[in-house]
Amino acid sequence: MVGILINELLDEFEGSLNTWLGMDVISALDWGREELMGLFREAQEMEKHSKSSLSVMNGKIMALAFFEPSTRTRLSFETAMLRLGGRVIDMGSVEASSLAKGENLADTIRMLDSYADLIVIRHELEGAAKFAAEIADAPVINAGDGAQNHPTQAMLDAYTMWREFGRVDGLSIGFMGDLRYARVINSLVQVLSLFDVKLHMISPPSLQPRAELLDFMRGRGMRFEMHDHLEEAVAGLDVLYVVRIQKERFPDPMEYERVRGSFRLTMESLRGARDSLVILHPLPRVDEVDFEVDQTRHARYFKQAALGVPLRMALIKLVLGGVE
Amino acid sequence: MSKELIISKIREGIVIDHVPAGRAMVILKILNISGLEGRVALVMNVESSKMGRKDIIKIEGRDLTHDELNLIALISPTATVNRVRNYEVAEKFKVQLPTKVRGIVRCKNPKCITNKPREPITSSFTVIKGGQAVLKCDYCGAYNSLEDVEKQLVSRSG
Ligand SMILES: [Zn+2]
Repeated sequence: MVGILINELLDEFEGSLNTWLGMDVISALDWGREELMGLFREAQEMEKHSKSSLSVMNGKIMALAFFEPSTRTRLSFETAMLRLGGRVIDMGSVEASSLAKGENLADTIRMLDSYADLIVIRHELEGAAKFAAEIADAPVINAGDGAQNHPTQAMLDAYTMWREFGRVDGLSIGFMGDLRYARVINSLVQVLSLFDVKLHMISPPSLQPRAELLDFMRGRGMRFEMHDHLEEAVAGLDVLYVVRIQKERFPDPMEYERVRGSFRLTMESLRGARDSLVILHPLPRVDEVDFEVDQTRHARYFKQAALGVPLRMALIKLVLGGVE
Repeated sequence: MSKELIISKIREGIVIDHVPAGRAMVILKILNISGLEGRVALVMNVESSKMGRKDIIKIEGRDLTHDELNLIALISPTATVNRVRNYEVAEKFKVQLPTKVRGIVRCKNPKCITNKPREPITSSFTVIKGGQAVLKCDYCGAYNSLEDVEKQLVSRSG
C-alpha cells in the first residue's frame, strides 16, 4: 500500500502523530530518527508484555508470505502478533502452496491482501517487498528480500544497541565478516546513518561492502574505516557485529579456510577489547563466533534475538494502529 | 572530405549530431536501423570544434520517440538532435539525461524482482548524474553503469 496518511485515521501516539500508521515497511531508509525513537520507546513498553498477552490486535489477521525459509524471522513475527492478541495465517512452504503450481507473486499477494490486515513478506528476489507493496492495499512489512533489505532486523539491531548503551549516538561500531553479500548490513548501515556513529568495516578484500553501500555512507557523511584484520580496530569498539562468511563465495576451498580462520571471533581475538564491548550477531551462527565467547560479558546475541519479539510487536502495533 | 558530404540535405527526418566518436553504430543499433529502412547517412570520426572528433547520423523519414531520446542521452549525452522538415531544421535541441528511466532497460541484477518472468512489473531506475552517470534500480538498488546499459541495448537489438 502506498503510504497515504488520512487525517481522520491519525491516532494520537503518546501525544505525537503516529507516522507509521498504515505505512509499508520496505526499506530502513523510509524512516527518520524521530520515528525510530518512537518505535524504540514502544518496543521498550512491549518488553513488559513479551511473556504475556495483550488484546490490542484482537480481530486482526497478519499473513505470513515466506517465499524463502527463515525460521527465526517467521517465528518472531508470529509470536509478536500472537502476543498482541491477533491471529496469523501462513501460506506454508512454497512447495506445498499454489506457487508450486506456477502462480506468480502478484496473484499470491492479491489473495493474501483480500484475507489479511497486514502482510509480512520474505523473498529471495531483491525488490520483491516493494513490488508486493505496490500490489497490496494492506500494509506490507519486508522481512528480508534478497541481499539488500532486511529493515526489521536492522531496527532490532539498532534497538539492541540503544537498550545496551542508552543511546546510539557516539558509538563506535565494527562490522566483521562478509560485508558484501550479508543481507543485514545494508539495512543496518542505513538505520545507523540517522545517528552520529563511527563504523569500522572489517572484512577480507573480496568481501568488502559494495560500491552502492560505500557511496551511501559517503553521501550521508558517515565516518568509516576499512580494515582487513579485527586486531586493527578491536580496542576502540563499543559494538562488534559479526556476520558469517559463506563457503559459496569462494571458488577455492583453501582460500575459504584461510579467510574463515582469520575472521572467526575467539577469546584470543578479543584480547584488547574494551570491557564494555557488546558483540552482536543476526543468528543463526555456525562457527564464526566461538562457543567460548558465549560465556563472556560481551556476548549479547541471544538477548538481541529475544528483543526481536517486542520490537516487532511495537512495529505491528504502530502500523496497524492498535489502541489499548 | 568535403563539407557537402557531411551536410548533404535530407527532406524529412532527423540528424543526430555531436555523437562522441565511435558511438554512432551503437545508436543505430538502439534505433533498430539496419540500413534497409530508408536513406541513412553515417559520418564518423570527423573534426568537431567542440569535441575534437564526433560522429553524425542522418536518417530520412524517421522521428525519435521519447524513450529513444532518453536512450541516446544515456549513451551519448553530448548529442544534439535536429528535426528536419522540408529540407529545413524545424527543431534543434540537446538531449537531456532523464531523471527516471522506466521499462526500456533491464536491471542487470539477475536476482532483481523486475527480472522475474510472468509478473506485472516494469523496470524503473533513478538516474544518478555525475561524472559518469549510473542508473540505480528502484527495486533492488543495484547500480547499472552506462556501459552495462549499452552492452544490453546492443545485444538486444543486434
Ligand atoms: Zn534491479
